[in-house]
Amino acid sequence: MAEKKKLFMQGNEACAEGALYAGCRFYAGYPITPSTEIAEYLSRTLPRVGGKFIQMEDEIASISAIAGASLAGLKSMTATSGPGFSLKQEGLGYACMAEIPCVIVDVMRGGPSTGYPTGPSQSDVMQAKWGTHGDHPVIAVTPAYVQEILHETVRAFNLSEKYRTPVLILFDEIVGHMREPVMLPEEGELEVIDREKPTCPPEEYLPYDAGYEIPPLAAFGEGYRFHVTGLNHKDDGFPTNDPEMIQEGIKRIIRKIDNNKEDIWKNEEHYIDGAEVVVFAYGSTARSAKYAVRELRKKGVKAGLLRALTLWPFPDEALKDACQKARAVVVPELNLGQIVYEVERLVDCHVEGIYRVDGEPINPMQIMEAMEKYS
Amino acid sequence: MSTAAAVKKPKISVPFDYSKYLRKGKLPHIWCPGCGHGIVLKSLLRAIEKSGLSKDDICMVSGIGCSSRTPGYVDFNTLHTLHGRALSYATGVKLAKPEMKVIVVTGDGDALAIGGNHFIHTCRRNIDMTILVYSNAIYGMTGGQFSPTTPSGSYSTTSRYGNIEPVFDCCELAKASGATFVARGTAYHVQELERIILESLKHKGTSVVEILDSCPVYYGRLNKMKSASQMMELIEKNGTVSVKQVDKLPPEKVQGKLLRGILHKEDRPEYCEEYQKLIDRVSGK
Repeated sequence: MAEKKKLFMQGNEACAEGALYAGCRFYAGYPITPSTEIAEYLSRTLPRVGGKFIQMEDEIASISAIAGASLAGLKSMTATSGPGFSLKQEGLGYACMAEIPCVIVDVMRGGPSTGYPTGPSQSDVMQAKWGTHGDHPVIAVTPAYVQEILHETVRAFNLSEKYRTPVLILFDEIVGHMREPVMLPEEGELEVIDREKPTCPPEEYLPYDAGYEIPPLAAFGEGYRFHVTGLNHKDDGFPTNDPEMIQEGIKRIIRKIDNNKEDIWKNEEHYIDGAEVVVFAYGSTARSAKYAVRELRKKGVKAGLLRALTLWPFPDEALKDACQKARAVVVPELNLGQIVYEVERLVDCHVEGIYRVDGEPINPMQIMEAMEKYS
Repeated sequence: MSTAAAVKKPKISVPFDYSKYLRKGKLPHIWCPGCGHGIVLKSLLRAIEKSGLSKDDICMVSGIGCSSRTPGYVDFNTLHTLHGRALSYATGVKLAKPEMKVIVVTGDGDALAIGGNHFIHTCRRNIDMTILVYSNAIYGMTGGQFSPTTPSGSYSTTSRYGNIEPVFDCCELAKASGATFVARGTAYHVQELERIILESLKHKGTSVVEILDSCPVYYGRLNKMKSASQMMELIEKNGTVSVKQVDKLPPEKVQGKLLRGILHKEDRPEYCEEYQKLIDRVSGK
């Protein structure tokens, strides 16, 4: 067995390494700060393993190309940041509707509009959930450390292949550009899931067979000759105007995620048992929150951290459990309050948000001050 | 009657069996009576038959619009995508499976307005695919708005006082952008169209075929052409001149008319082949 490789790398590079490990063999992208290093890294590494990198003419073309490549059988990814993420929304909805596995990375930067390209932000978390029109399922993972970006990118591909749906990876400029030691996983060390393919004869194949929770997906060019559309469709993939089929089709793509939340959720807890004041955090903000909780514990404050690694579907159960004995939940966010409303929806105790949109990170002191008030 | 013609042995031609390529359960199609799209589809299917391509090896990709409904009716690998983005989806399919024959079916609005950026860059890359632009000079699906190929002065539901915009010449645009096969056919000259499409399928690289088509229901009705045949007559008599005849005709018979036939053909490195060379050069390093 080859010796484990330890590297000093950037979050964006770790994301690219994770994609390669997961078996990504197609990347289409358009340069945008602060995500560009992902494209640069994969433009070098993909052809070395027989994969394809293409720099498209814009972000819309990029998400469209990865959906096309995925339907032709390749694990595919694109990466972008705020303005590009806005442009990709229609293509994201198409991939949800047509149930095309693919991974979309958003390295969040300050907005709205061109905003602060080199400054961190967490202001796309609601766009990730509601950005594309129509009711649709969303899976979004939110790593906070460079090593974790690699692992979560592999997990994003796995979820995407398993549930036949696009998966979002949301992190921000801080961790995207941060350099930390990373252990490259050995072959076989991490689970890698490939989509289920049909085994039935081509003439019997239904690409949206409601008899399955997640219908198997054939690849173009392998004899199945199926039809894919963004229109509401029947189980054979062809458009329908039948009200019952329209509604059932939409409900099914949402249900396949809802019914499997336990498998999709991933959280990290620190000192959460019996915590009287809880901080709920995700992404780079959780790094400050972790520090704050450790310091408060030293002072005797019963503080705890719940960190979401899957932000969508929202970790309802874990949050309710974490707040059983809490007097208050503090929600630090690099936006003006987005996830805080999800928290308010779920807990009975006091909820306080800490927000920042000046391009600077939320520091541990801010979180400690807020939490100490409730100790 | 005993004319020479009557005694001449009748030519027996076996009718072409389109059903081999059609998903019969998905018919009838949504196109209006008098629409030229069905004529174009038949030319395409005859060309495919002559090309010898197998149904499994063809991927037909479309965007949004009347012409973009074509993939639903044909028994290939078919992908009906977003408005304007067919070429981007097609690029992904082709790069992932370069051995497949990718045919893009798109309209004038889909290819040249909302998809204009993708159109020029696809041509520039010279990625191997056949792009059929069904150009009926109108947005049919949404009810008759002007498009980038609606002639200046024409009426549409969004140019009630006459269109003040100049038109795009799809073929000139394709050629300038780098497409290595550029041709124009019409829904009237069906045998010529079949030959042009067959040539485009044989070409390695980006092939663009603009097909002048008719929308009697919207374009015709708004521009005082009462019937589908009147629109066909316009294409036949007034609209176009074959590239084979253009040098023989006096200038006044050519002026203001669009050229028909293969307008441009060149050999240039194809994108997927170039990418494979790159992989061969760097793989394992």
